[in-house]
Amino acid sequence: MTEKLLEIKDLHVMYRTDDDEIFALNGVNLSVEKGRTIGLVGETGAGKTTTALSIMRLLPDKVGIIRRGEIYLEGRNLGSLTESDMRLLRGNDVSMIFQDPMTSLNPIHTVGDQIGEVVKLHYPDLKAESVEVKVDEMMEMVGIPAERKIEYPHQFSGGMKQRIVIAIALACNPKLLLADEPTTALDVTIQAQVLKMMNELKEKFHTSMILITHDLGVVAQICDSVAIMYAGEIIEHGTVEDVFEGERHHPYTIGLFGSIPDMTKKTDRLNPIEGLMPDPSTVPPGCRFVDRCPHRMDVCSTVSPEIIIRDTHQIKCHLFSKSGEALRSTDKNHERGAAS
Amino acid sequence: MNAPLIQTRNLKKYFHTARGPLHAVDDIDITIKKGETLGMVGESGCGKSTFGRLLLRLIEPTGGKVLYKGENILDYGQRKMKDLRKEMQIIFQDPFSSLNPRMTVSEIIAEPIKVTGMIKKGNDLLERVFELMSIVGLAERFVNTYPHELDGGRRQRIGVARALALNPEFIVCDEPVSALDVSIQAQILNLMMDLQDSMGLTYLFITHDLSVVKHISNNIAVMYLGQCVELAPTEKLFENPSHPYTRALLASIPVPSLKNRKKLEVIQGEVTSPINPKPGCRFATRCPSVMPECLEPGLELKEIRPGHFVSCALYH
Amino acid sequence: MTNSYTTAGTNGFGEKNKPSAAARIHQYKKKSQVKTIWLRLKKNRLAMFGLVVFMVMMVVVLSADLFLSYEDQALSQNLSQRFRSPSREHLLGTDQFGRDLLARVIYGGRISLFVGLATICVSLTAGSIIGASAAYYGGKTDNILMRIMDVFLAVPNTLMAITLVAALGTSIFNLILAMGISQTPRMSRIVRSSVLSIIGQDYIEAARACGTSDKRIIFRHILPNAMGPILVQVTQTVARSVITIASLSFIGLGISEPTPEWGSMLSEAKGQLRYHPFLAIAPGVAIVMSVMSLTLLGDGLRDAMDPRLKN
Repeated sequence: MTEKLLEIKDLHVMYRTDDDEIFALNGVNLSVEKGRTIGLVGETGAGKTTTALSIMRLLPDKVGIIRRGEIYLEGRNLGSLTESDMRLLRGNDVSMIFQDPMTSLNPIHTVGDQIGEVVKLHYPDLKAESVEVKVDEMMEMVGIPAERKIEYPHQFSGGMKQRIVIAIALACNPKLLLADEPTTALDVTIQAQVLKMMNELKEKFHTSMILITHDLGVVAQICDSVAIMYAGEIIEHGTVEDVFEGERHHPYTIGLFGSIPDMTKKTDRLNPIEGLMPDPSTVPPGCRFVDRCPHRMDVCSTVSPEIIIRDTHQIKCHLFSKSGEALRSTDKNHERGAAS
Repeated sequence: MNAPLIQTRNLKKYFHTARGPLHAVDDIDITIKKGETLGMVGESGCGKSTFGRLLLRLIEPTGGKVLYKGENILDYGQRKMKDLRKEMQIIFQDPFSSLNPRMTVSEIIAEPIKVTGMIKKGNDLLERVFELMSIVGLAERFVNTYPHELDGGRRQRIGVARALALNPEFIVCDEPVSALDVSIQAQILNLMMDLQDSMGLTYLFITHDLSVVKHISNNIAVMYLGQCVELAPTEKLFENPSHPYTRALLASIPVPSLKNRKKLEVIQGEVTSPINPKPGCRFATRCPSVMPECLEPGLELKEIRPGHFVSCALYH
Repeated sequence: MTNSYTTAGTNGFGEKNKPSAAARIHQYKKKSQVKTIWLRLKKNRLAMFGLVVFMVMMVVVLSADLFLSYEDQALSQNLSQRFRSPSREHLLGTDQFGRDLLARVIYGGRISLFVGLATICVSLTAGSIIGASAAYYGGKTDNILMRIMDVFLAVPNTLMAITLVAALGTSIFNLILAMGISQTPRMSRIVRSSVLSIIGQDYIEAARACGTSDKRIIFRHILPNAMGPILVQVTQTVARSVITIASLSFIGLGISEPTPEWGSMLSEAKGQLRYHPFLAIAPGVAIVMSVMSLTLLGDGLRDAMDPRLKN
């Protein structure tokens, strides 16, 4: 059995400003096994970035608050660590890549210096030559000639900048990589290059990865398991086979797949999900998807659904609880757009 | 058969830079028939956004012709252009920067009408604003709200309403759904297709997303570094992508399906510079099927199957 | 019409008795943007402090004639009352000529205020025209205008003012002109960058796509959005003017005696610092208070107007 590298238990995160309180995460449970990649999928406001920032303990000071829940990295409770302990962890055990390659690099330092900086931080006793050797190694590994380490970020294109960011993230061989929409800002052909490279590096270093994205295509290509987030909760979780090929799905997942124009099939109209994500400043009692769900039942507005588990596939929806199944089979009219 | 509404002949736009002329758009010949959608795809720097603006003369072309209903609009003077603008409009990509933050929804939608003087009476103008809001699916209660109070999807609907305000015949859609979430994208795409049916609109749909363009276009033009490398009806393009770049583009797209997992085909290298480009095919430096003939000048779109044009030495 | 793309109910059709559009639109209140900015400003305690202090000073200074007499208290000398300490009759005491210190400070404020506001008018007008033209027309126009501004910027503010006053003479009009000219380059830069950032926005292109005239684009689209940073700069400029006038008067190039002015009062007080420090402290504090309150207000305004700077 593969071991668990990261475990998030019942995480509740809130953003509190003078004007409002935003309930960003409402009970997130997630685990990542060693050497595996999990895709964290959802739309804007679902809470994916908040989850990643919580793991890194990089939530905005005083504004982002972890109300409840724990995060364990290899058994260590990250909440109990001091800030200096966390700093040792960041870049070394856990690294993060952000979405926008244009602003991720410091424009006044050479790229070699930026890669070297993270190495020096975590291995302060290393000699200068050894640091340079490591920098060269990382650059070649991401497909950029080592001679270019003396150049500045603005001399590289978007795709190459993102590779450098990846080189920085992987320089100290972290156990876990958090990638927040790493290829969204890139052209499709460059995205393919970067994804391929990430795949190869991942396999070489046995790095676990949480890949945050809204693109189900990317998930299908490189993830082992998928967690789908909606309004601060994980509403479906399973292996890629479970989510892409299984029979039972959360209605939101079905809606997501239905919204994507399929390149392989001819369709006249798309089946978007009606409405918008609910207001995050309140936490109503029932299921958060109830207003947009084509299969809603009365119980959905009043009782929060439990997580129904079948092997590796978990779905948080009343439709799949025992009572839900009973209700659903009596009302065939609600069936619309089965998963494909 | 539908008559061509808008055509270009040898349309060019070169920008001056310190290092030489930047060939943003180079010798493009396309035709869009009334009521149809031409999808224009390509990656950053291919010139598709510039091309859209050339059609509207928001940027002045360096050379070539733009024929609207048979007449070359590049010859039009200021007055005629102003009249023409009622018939050609544009929807922008960014729902944030495309709306004046200091104007309310109704003011934004009413603005084109006020500027052209199409409706003078105040009450009639407001009626038209409400009508447009209803057409694009914006609830009445948003009439006095400011753009920053609304989400991306609703803002984009305002952009659509504004583009429709003058009852245009032709709309350039510059990546109108790229900045939106997937489920909202689908809503806006459906809206645009319904409007095309009900109002007989003609679209130039610019995007980098091949799956979106497949959905909405009758014909597709594939752009690379300012040149059109392939032009074909949508189904034919996807069934039989002929230009190596088109093939590479299609192969790079991650499909949400577990078949062919991890078999991403990747083109090597980066896009070359559009400044002072060498003669011949601009994809040659990255093409897996490159031949010596590719670097010779005189490469142009050739019809290799009915309606299917490719600009590639492989087919000469 | 199908509903899969609507986010809320659409208007029904065939409603014959609907009220007119003009009536309907009034149901939905427009959220005043000025009010929103004011509410955000209110939360900033330092900014409110600045605002209150400045308002109080303005009120006192403008209503001075109601409770003070310029001739009697600020100007006429009364040598028998020299150097009095603060008393009920003279709240801050008297200066070396027996004149009431408080009255002189208040009337001095009037000059500073007047000159400050007049300077702003000059530099705002000149700076806006130069900056907006440079931004809108770009190219050579931009280059020429901005390089000229650079030349002026290279000379330190106060030095520029001194030179101009020395050349033109020390009347108040010349003073205002000199200070206005010295403030113009900075203002033109602010206006230019403000306008440039707006011109790059898509909504300007949208306006051009319907054939909007240049004039309408400038007044309807560019100016309302450019106002924010310019307004902040205005408060900074007034603050700077106060200091510049005081500096000029201090060295004798500004307002001449016996007209009360903070800078010249400081200059006179130099000689009396040892035994009567209050003569310097009073105008000094007045300068500090006015500059500080304006700066705090300006900072607060900048934060309140920038929609991105949310908590």
